[in-house]
Amino acid sequence: MSMADEPLYPIAVLIDELKNDDIQLRLNSIRKLSTIARALGEERTRKELIPFLTENNDDDDEVLLAMAAELGGFIPYVGGVEHASALLPPLEAFCSVEETCVRDKAVESLCRIGSHMRDTDLVEYFIPLVKRLAAGEWFTARVSACGLFHIAYPSAPEASKTELRSIYSQLCQDDMPMVRRSAATNLGKFAATVEYTHLKADIMSIFDDLTQDDQDSVRLLAVEGCAALGKLLEPQDCVAHILPVIVNFSQDKSWRVRYMVANQLYELCEAVGPEPTRAELVPAYVRLLRDNEAEVRIAAAGKVTKFCRILSSEHAIQNILPCVKELSSDSSQHVRSTLASVIMGMAPVLGKETTIEHLLPIFLSLLKDEFPDVRLNIISKLDQVNQVIGIDLLSQSLLPAIVELAEDRHWRVRLAIIEYIPLLASQLGVTFFDDKLGALCMQWLQDKVHAIREAAANNLKRLAEEFGPDWAMQHIIQKVLEMINNPHYLYRMTILRAISLLAPVVGPEVTCSNLLPAVVAASKDRVPNIKFNVAKVLQSIFPIVDQSVVEKTIRPCLVELSEDPDVDVRYFSSQALQAIDNVMMSS
Amino acid sequence: MNGGDDVVVASEEPLQPLEWKFSQVFGERAAGEEVQEVDIISAIEFDKSGNHLATGDRGGRVVLFERTDSKDHGSRRDLESTDYSSSRHPEFRYKTEFQSHEPEFDYLKSLEIEEKINKIKWCQTANGSVFLLSTNDKTIKFWKVQEKKVKKISDMNIDPSKAIGNGSSSSNSNSSKPHLANGGSSDKSYNYPSNDFSFPPGGLPSLRLPSVVSHETSLLARCRRVYAHAHDYHINSISNNSDGETFISADDLRINLWNLEISNQSFNIVDVKPTNMEDLTEVITSAEFHPTHCNTLAYSSSKGSIRLIDLRQSALCDSHAKLFEEQEAPGSRSFFTEIIASISDIKFAKEGRYILSRDYMTLKLWDINMDSGPVSTFRVHEYLRPKLCDLYENDSIFDKFECCLSGDGSRVSTGSYSNLFRVFGCAPGSTEATTLEASKNPTRRQVPTPSRPSRSLGNSLTRVVRRAGAENTGVDANGNSFDFTTKLLHLAWHPSENSIACAAANSLYMYYA
Repeated sequence: MSMADEPLYPIAVLIDELKNDDIQLRLNSIRKLSTIARALGEERTRKELIPFLTENNDDDDEVLLAMAAELGGFIPYVGGVEHASALLPPLEAFCSVEETCVRDKAVESLCRIGSHMRDTDLVEYFIPLVKRLAAGEWFTARVSACGLFHIAYPSAPEASKTELRSIYSQLCQDDMPMVRRSAATNLGKFAATVEYTHLKADIMSIFDDLTQDDQDSVRLLAVEGCAALGKLLEPQDCVAHILPVIVNFSQDKSWRVRYMVANQLYELCEAVGPEPTRAELVPAYVRLLRDNEAEVRIAAAGKVTKFCRILSSEHAIQNILPCVKELSSDSSQHVRSTLASVIMGMAPVLGKETTIEHLLPIFLSLLKDEFPDVRLNIISKLDQVNQVIGIDLLSQSLLPAIVELAEDRHWRVRLAIIEYIPLLASQLGVTFFDDKLGALCMQWLQDKVHAIREAAANNLKRLAEEFGPDWAMQHIIQKVLEMINNPHYLYRMTILRAISLLAPVVGPEVTCSNLLPAVVAASKDRVPNIKFNVAKVLQSIFPIVDQSVVEKTIRPCLVELSEDPDVDVRYFSSQALQAIDNVMMSS
Repeated sequence: MNGGDDVVVASEEPLQPLEWKFSQVFGERAAGEEVQEVDIISAIEFDKSGNHLATGDRGGRVVLFERTDSKDHGSRRDLESTDYSSSRHPEFRYKTEFQSHEPEFDYLKSLEIEEKINKIKWCQTANGSVFLLSTNDKTIKFWKVQEKKVKKISDMNIDPSKAIGNGSSSSNSNSSKPHLANGGSSDKSYNYPSNDFSFPPGGLPSLRLPSVVSHETSLLARCRRVYAHAHDYHINSISNNSDGETFISADDLRINLWNLEISNQSFNIVDVKPTNMEDLTEVITSAEFHPTHCNTLAYSSSKGSIRLIDLRQSALCDSHAKLFEEQEAPGSRSFFTEIIASISDIKFAKEGRYILSRDYMTLKLWDINMDSGPVSTFRVHEYLRPKLCDLYENDSIFDKFECCLSGDGSRVSTGSYSNLFRVFGCAPGSTEATTLEASKNPTRRQVPTPSRPSRSLGNSLTRVVRRAGAENTGVDANGNSFDFTTKLLHLAWHPSENSIACAAANSLYMYYA
């Protein structure tokens, strides 16, 4: 064909490649499906392209996934809402493939399309589709069906509605656990569309069945249903029907179910309201905080602050605080670590006095924990507690903890504490910092691990920003410059790095008077790596200093380096010179 | 012994001993043909419906067989032509095979990883495709075997022979006759004058969709997921959960729990590794999920115990819910006691109430509600007891025989040496104990003499039927010397019918009764 000469050629190629052997080309075509559709026009898209996609549904999952995603936004290309039903057949086919992500995407796209469809079309096309999938031979179709009911139901006629409810109830009793799981997951969405009388009758009985399922994996999902259904029900119904289920679940034999309850309890509390929360859910929560299984305690401990916020401080002190005390010496380090990351949030809830009396001892014991993550988690949230009790009370205990972390043998721990130093500095204030932590910050510049030295250099920059150039001049610069004579070139390199970071913060004056001479001196180093790093540093600091300094000091230095015997030194110095020239030229 | 009352016993029994007949053989060895190491079968597994059978071999291949007699489609003509009688028994035909694992080398540990398939497990069928898990020592793979249409693409917009640029277009050739199915009639197609890229409302009629013609289908196996790097030791078992979304894999010291859809993480649920490896006294030899209770699993150990664990109790199941082990009779202890106590395989019966275990000398049936001892013990090859020393010398004593139960749970089976396997009745009162040989004539070695081995001493009224050690060197007396190199390690019982598939070296033999 002569089409190759025509402007249509790219589209023709695109279309042909829908069936190319190379999956990348097919994917590429599918992602441009809307272009193909526009080229074909609305009618042929409906009559040819969509049937074509429906037929070719045995492609690779990646391609099917892309098709399912594209089709979700395809209504404009088939002629608008009145023709939206044309898009259903391929998506229906994708709903029964066995790859979960393809099915999920197909269901998502069907929901998108369904939510735009006219009611009459929903009745004529969408509802039968849902029924077909729900009666599908393979579990895959039935799994997908569960996610479509909430779209189909609202526009269904009365008789259909009854049928849909009964079909959903059957899906909840399907032989395959996968189908029951999907039904449990989607119950909340479906329930939200069902009339209140039916919600109380049909849906609640479905829900009761799911909560008693043999499979832990189904009951787990029913826990999520509790919160969703609870929000739909009127408070008294919620207390009557949902609350007992939650309390039961919180004592389920399976730790995974209890874990879900621990994770969801806050949402469940919102659903049932404050009074039942105090009466029923607080005891349930306390049980979970004392659960035998560490995973459950971790989940429960993570919610302690959120949970306290919905209680009065009196209740929190009475019921929750004793558990928190126990958890702070839990046998599992992960429980302590989770607690440490949220416990600071309790301070504002409890108020200053209680915090000092009850929480402070817990903070302090966690700060001395043998497990570094626990200590780090406390330190990371220091600002929160500072707001309530002030730093003075803490600082005495804080210091040993910081020093110990700063010298931890795991470099990742050291790295983590460095990240918090600027935060600590801002909380602790200049004086305290100078006395206790200044030396540490310098010490890290000579750490054995490069990542720590790098972080230490960065840390100096952030401190200089925090406390200002004058402070930096007084406390940092001198100490840093002393270290440039370290016998090991890698440490000298760290100092160069620190200088290049500090220069913009301390300003041109200090740079010219203190930093630049040190850099220039380093250009005489015997190690080429130092020399080309000097070139890099000079390149980075020349914009902040005066032009005369550039010409008088920086350029000669670079020129000298550009005649170095080492190729890398020559390369980087010429790069720097070029950069200088470029700036000169433009100004 | 009291062979004379065979008939009497039989008439009192609820179940007649089965008459086993040869059904099929795949990969039969010709006389004198040498067995290639890579062809030796290392795993056999029926799927849940019994319509498929899979075998794995040392060469890392998985071969699938499908049942031909129960399904109508496709095989009707075959059925008619072969003139079946009404008593049909499962017949299988070769379906397809694929290379599941390749030999690998772990550079970090300087370790060669064999491609040998240790276990195969079938997963839920969907959309007419079958799914299975296969594992070697280290890596588990999830396979999908589907019928894929053979594509023939025609009616391209651009002649593939001229296509360039973007277009490494399909290499499939155009069909010779023009296809009008897509509506764009070919005579108009290249005359469309368009220099404008804003598409007209009616679209561009010259563009056509490629049409796909396919008449044939072919079977295609695709590896969907690889579950790797989770085991420091050799994987000895994998087992699917009844929840349809998780499975476990067990190695010598640990059991991991996986989600079928997530291949990059697994949870360790059992860890028996001592802090100091010198304190190691026991390893995990086999593990299996309960067939219906998603939270229960059993694992066996080299010390002869079976532990039942409840996943609901705790995330890390270091403490078992139940322990099944048999106290050894005092005085019978010898150097070999511990070695032969090691359990090589455990299987749950269909309903999950009973567990069958195989140690070196016996099969034991356990009731999970009774942890004081096995319900029944079946002696597999008692005549080897005096030869344990030789078996130790040539390492045969470490052979790992598998075991299986019939679908109705009334019979059990396991393999032995010289390509023999045994079938025992385990229903109350049953004394059935048959010896069969994996050959075209399975009963060849059975001598219908009064001194037929392995009859029980009589009808015990208790449910604990202990088979007497009546086996002597009966078969030996027939002049067959035992061949420790021909061992029947792997066998499987059809889930719903009396049909056994067993592996003798590279051959797969099937029997029915």
